[in-house]
Amino acid sequence: MTEPVEKDHWLVRPTTIRWLWLGFIAVLILTVFAQLLFPAKGYFGVDGWLGFGAVFGFLACLAMVLVAKGLGLFLKRDQDYYQRHDAEPPTDD
Amino acid sequence: MTEFLPPALILLTGALLIGPLRGHWRTAVVLAAPLATLWAVWQIPDGVVATVTFLDYQIEPLEGSPLRRLFATIFALMTFTGGLYAFRQARAVELAAAYAYAAGAIGVCFAGDLITMFLYWELMALFSTLVVWCGGTPAARAAGIRYAIMHLLGGVILKVGIEGVVVHTGSIDIQPMLATDFDTWMILTGILINAAAPPVSAWLADAYPEASPTGSVFLSAFTTKTAVLALILLFPGEPVLIGVGLFMVMYGIIYALLENDARRILAYSIVNQVGFMVCAVGIGTQMALNGAAAHAFAHIIYKALLFMSAGVVIYRTGKSKCTDLGGLFRTMPVTAVCGIVGALAISGFPMTSGFTTKTMISQAAADESLMTVYLLLAAASAGVFLHAGIKFPWFVFFQKDSGLRPKDAPWNMAAAMGLFAALCLLIGIFPDVFYRFLPYTVDYEPYKIGKVVFYLQLLLFSGLAFFLLLPLMRRTLTISLDTDWLWRVMLYRAATAVQAGLSALGAGLHTRRLQWFAALRDRGGYHFGALATRKRAGVFSRTWSIGTTGLWIAVLLTAYLLVYVI
Repeated sequence: MTEPVEKDHWLVRPTTIRWLWLGFIAVLILTVFAQLLFPAKGYFGVDGWLGFGAVFGFLACLAMVLVAKGLGLFLKRDQDYYQRHDAEPPTDD
Repeated sequence: MTEFLPPALILLTGALLIGPLRGHWRTAVVLAAPLATLWAVWQIPDGVVATVTFLDYQIEPLEGSPLRRLFATIFALMTFTGGLYAFRQARAVELAAAYAYAAGAIGVCFAGDLITMFLYWELMALFSTLVVWCGGTPAARAAGIRYAIMHLLGGVILKVGIEGVVVHTGSIDIQPMLATDFDTWMILTGILINAAAPPVSAWLADAYPEASPTGSVFLSAFTTKTAVLALILLFPGEPVLIGVGLFMVMYGIIYALLENDARRILAYSIVNQVGFMVCAVGIGTQMALNGAAAHAFAHIIYKALLFMSAGVVIYRTGKSKCTDLGGLFRTMPVTAVCGIVGALAISGFPMTSGFTTKTMISQAAADESLMTVYLLLAAASAGVFLHAGIKFPWFVFFQKDSGLRPKDAPWNMAAAMGLFAALCLLIGIFPDVFYRFLPYTVDYEPYKIGKVVFYLQLLLFSGLAFFLLLPLMRRTLTISLDTDWLWRVMLYRAATAVQAGLSALGAGLHTRRLQWFAALRDRGGYHFGALATRKRAGVFSRTWSIGTTGLWIAVLLTAYLLVYVI
């Protein structure tokens, strides 16, 4: 038996991560079907549909990440950008 | 004058004492002054309790109301916890500046008239600039100057508005108004600059992350939330604020998603959270104003908690970029857990303070049948979880293993974080205890099962989106341009260009003048002799024979005689 000298933290082992994903997916499914047990009234009709929160949340995030990514093409600059463009910092210190 | 001790003066005295005192005495002042202030805050009854005559004005330096006490309470609590967090690590000048800054914020809370409000407003601008400068780096110094310019400019605009209102209405009272004319627009603009509203939101993410790890904790609390209080007092129900707030909400998310620096992510999310409050003030119903005040209270706690958590990481590792960090949960469990509590609270997870306060704002939008506003706020709640709720703890404490194994937080920093983490959970689990302190009677039940299920779906599926979209969110060594590019680069370039143009013009004129003088001297010399040579000489510099000269004299005298006779 050759054990690795130092095992990494249990939280980052592949088996743990697999279990975390399974648990996470189970919770996701549960939250959607919880709506069958406790029907949400919704303020505007549409937000009372089954899984509205889930779909809306997911799509909102997708949209925001894509918009950020798109804007990033125009707005992102090298991290030294302003050091090169600002006035020379005073050198008396 | 008054039988009540002004709370702001207690804290200001504390700030003055921090400098000269040393050792345990200083620690005692740092911890006791905010508590004494808190006590004094709760001695102020409703209504105007002090008046002073200044010039022709009735100044009201102390006016109490539940709303004012609520904000003053959280400012005092924040100062205490910030002091606890910082007193062993921060320099005395930073602590003193931060306490004077907090005193300004508490002064604004109880200001009964526009003149007092303006004075404390400027006190905040001055001492918050000092706190930024205490970052101690050339970058902090430059950011502090930009910060000061922005806030002094905001102060001037506010002052112009106040003068206008005083001249045109004759009243210096703080009372609800709407932005209908030039004066009120100026006041609104001046306040919104402090709230980091567009188009100048950039000052916040520019300055706060340059302060020291302890300084940014103080900075995160006061300026923007004082602006929210001023908006509640002066502009409740101002419709333009709904749009401004929604813009801030989305701006904060997008920029935080693009950002690599952990504290800058948190700074952008301040703009995002203040956007929720500004939007609520715009809705303007009792439910909305309660929501704005409650959310400001809760926000100060969890945002300071997040900055404390990031501050410990920077204090221990000296690094603040997501690309350099990761995997710190192994050796910093306390900091990681407190950071996660703060992150859950800012995302508005059920059982945290964010849920019991932010949903009031959504409820207010739903009550007014503002469906677009409601849905945008819901989308923004999902976005908050994405950019702050998961992104911050994930990239700092988990993600890849950066190989860093720093020690956990020093005891005082851990105690401060523990206190605020507990408050996040307390307000989340026992909201009714907290609701009693809100300005209007609360008729709101946050934990309706349908609502909890909705928010759980919203947030957990945002979490799913985060992990599925991780490849799209790879951190890069970049910053993102903002409107401050206009003055940091474009205006600078324009000024440099104008300067270069003027220098070129000056140099050109100088050369031209030299050429012109040389030519003049040359012509003069040619005509009058100095530079004349035997071969090349002007009429007057030639050598004339006596006969020709005599002839010319005769001709000229004849001409003279003729002219005289005629």
